[in-house]
Amino acid sequence: MPANRFNGFSDYAVGIGLRIPHYQHILSRHPVVDWFEIISENYMVDGGRPLEVLDQILEQYKVVQHGVSMYFGSADPLSREHLKKLKSLVRRTKTPWLSDHLCWGSVDGRYTHDLLPMPYTWEAVEVTARKIRQVQDYCEVPVVVENVSSYAEFHVSEMTEWEFLNEVVERADCGILLDVNNIYVSSKNHNFDPFTYVNSIPSHRVAQIHIAGHSKFEKYILDTHDHPVLPAVWRLYGRAIERCGPTATLLEWDDNIPSFDEVHAEALKATKFLKAAAEAAPRQESLTAMQVAAAAIVEPAGAAR
Amino acid sequence: MSGSSSQSAAGTPTGLLEIQRRMAAAVMHPLTRSETMPRRRRDGTSNKSEADAIIRPNDRLTSFERLEIYNRQYWFRLYSSFEEDFPGLQTILGRARFDSLMRAYLTDCPSESFTLRNLGSRLEAWLGEHPEHLGPHPQLALDMVRLEWAHIEAFDSEERPRLGAKKFAAIDENSTLRLQPHLRVLALSWPVDDLLLQVRTENGSAASSTNNASVARRRRHVRHIAGMAPRPIQLAIHRHENTVWYKELSPEEYRLLAALIEGKTLGESIDLALRDSEIPEEQRPAFLQEAFANWSMLGWFTS
Repeated sequence: MPANRFNGFSDYAVGIGLRIPHYQHILSRHPVVDWFEIISENYMVDGGRPLEVLDQILEQYKVVQHGVSMYFGSADPLSREHLKKLKSLVRRTKTPWLSDHLCWGSVDGRYTHDLLPMPYTWEAVEVTARKIRQVQDYCEVPVVVENVSSYAEFHVSEMTEWEFLNEVVERADCGILLDVNNIYVSSKNHNFDPFTYVNSIPSHRVAQIHIAGHSKFEKYILDTHDHPVLPAVWRLYGRAIERCGPTATLLEWDDNIPSFDEVHAEALKATKFLKAAAEAAPRQESLTAMQVAAAAIVEPAGAAR
Repeated sequence: MSGSSSQSAAGTPTGLLEIQRRMAAAVMHPLTRSETMPRRRRDGTSNKSEADAIIRPNDRLTSFERLEIYNRQYWFRLYSSFEEDFPGLQTILGRARFDSLMRAYLTDCPSESFTLRNLGSRLEAWLGEHPEHLGPHPQLALDMVRLEWAHIEAFDSEERPRLGAKKFAAIDENSTLRLQPHLRVLALSWPVDDLLLQVRTENGSAASSTNNASVARRRRHVRHIAGMAPRPIQLAIHRHENTVWYKELSPEEYRLLAALIEGKTLGESIDLALRDSEIPEEQRPAFLQEAFANWSMLGWFTS
C-alpha cells in the first residue's frame, strides 16, 4: 500500500523539512532529496524572498505543505483570510495533500501560536471533523491531520486520544499524518502504551508519517525537534510501517539545526524500514525483514520493547 | 507549586468553547519575572484552581504544572518572534526595558493573525498610548520601531508588474500613480537606518513558524548605543531583487513619494513636494526628471 487517496495517490519516500539554514545548500548544490515539506504559513505571503526560494525549490523538487495554525479543533470558525491564502499556496505548490494538526490554538480571534491539546469529547469530534471537511472542500486537496505531542489532559475527556483521532478522521473522511515521535512523547507524559496507539489507528488512512527527536526532562518529555530520532521512536516507526506499508516519511528538525547532510542522513535511516515493508506483503503483521531493518538502526534486540 | 485559593474559579468546564476560553486565559496570562506561571492572575483568579478545574494531574505533575508548560511555551514563542522582529529596538532600550515593553505590549495586543509575522503590527500605535516604555530617548526608540515594521512590510509584501513605457508616457498632472506595495517612506528624527543594518547583520534573521516546543527563551546579544545624535532623515524602504534596502531621500523626494502613496494626483504631489523647497526654480524640472527616472528604474511605479 504505497499510496492511497489520502495522499493524492502519490508515492513519496523520505523527505525532510525545508528550513532557512539549508536554503543556500539546497539551491547551490541541488542534493537528491525525495521531497520537501514546507510549513505553509512561512510562504503564505504576498511576495519577496520566501516565495522566490519556494519557486526555485518547486522547479526541482516535490513539495508537500504542512500547516501549523489552521486549528481544526478550535471552537472559532475558520479564518477566510487564512483559507484564501492557503488555497493560493496550494495552487502554487500543487501539493498532493495538505496537513495540519489535530489541535486547537485560537479562541475569540486570538492566536496562541501553539498546538494545544484537544479535550477528547464528542462535541470536539463534531467541531473538528466539520472544520476539516470545510478545509478539504475549499482547498480541493486531500487533508490529513497530525496527532500532536501533549503535556496535559482534560477532566472532561470521554475517550482516549487514538479513539478521538479515529472518530474525527472517520467523520471527516480525511487522512492521518501519523507522528510517531508525538505518540512516544505523549505516551510518556500520559502513561499509555505507544504501541496500543499505533496498533489502533486505521492504517488505510495514513498518508504520511513524521519522525523527530525530543528532549527528556525530569518529569516530562518535550517535543523539541532538536535531536536525532531516538531508538524508541524508530521502533515505533517500524511498527507503524509494518501496519501501513511504505508510507511517505518526513524528518522534522526545527531547532539546533545541523548541516543539511546530517539532517538528510538521519532521515534516510527510514529507508531501510520502507524497503523492508515494500519487500514484504502489505499489512502483514509479522515481518522478518522489518525486524532486521529495525535491528540495524535501533538499540540491540534485548533493549527493544 | 500549589497555592491557596481565596477566589475559586468556576467549576469544571464541559463545553469546547468554555474550555478553550479558560485555558487560553491561563496560557496567555503573563509569566512572573522568573518566567513561571503566576499563582494568581492580575484579576485575582487562582491559576491553581483553574488548572485543577480543567487539567488532570498525573503521577509526576500537578494540574498547575501541566498548564504551566503551555503558559511558558506561549510566552517563549512570542518573545522569540518579537525579539526577531525588533532587534534594533532591543539595542536602543536595553534588555530590561525591552523585556518590560514586550511583556506589556503582548499582553495588551495578543496575536490576532494566523501568522506571527503580524505580531508587531500594532506596536507603533500602542507606543503612542504607552510612551512610558520608550526609555530615555523616546523619539529614537519610536523611529526604530517605525523602521523595523517598515522592513517587515517591505520584506514580503506584493511586487506588482512595473508600469510600462506606454502607460508612463500617457501620464499627465491629473494622473495618480500606483507605487509598489512593498515601498514605504518614513521621515525620522534619528538616523536609525545604519544602526539597524548593523544590528541585523550581527543577529542574523531567520524568523519562521515551526511546530516544535520551546525549551527556554532565547537570548540575544544586546549592544549599548553610544554616540548617536539626532539628525532628521527621510527614507524609502523597499525591496529590490528580494533584498530590503533603505534609500535616503531628500525632503522633496520624501514629500513627493508620500503624496503619491496617499493617492494624490501627480500635480498635487509635485506642488506639495516643492512647496517651501530650497531647490531653485530653474533646477526643479531636472530634479523631478531625475527622481522619476531613478524610481522608474527601481520599478517603484506599477500599473
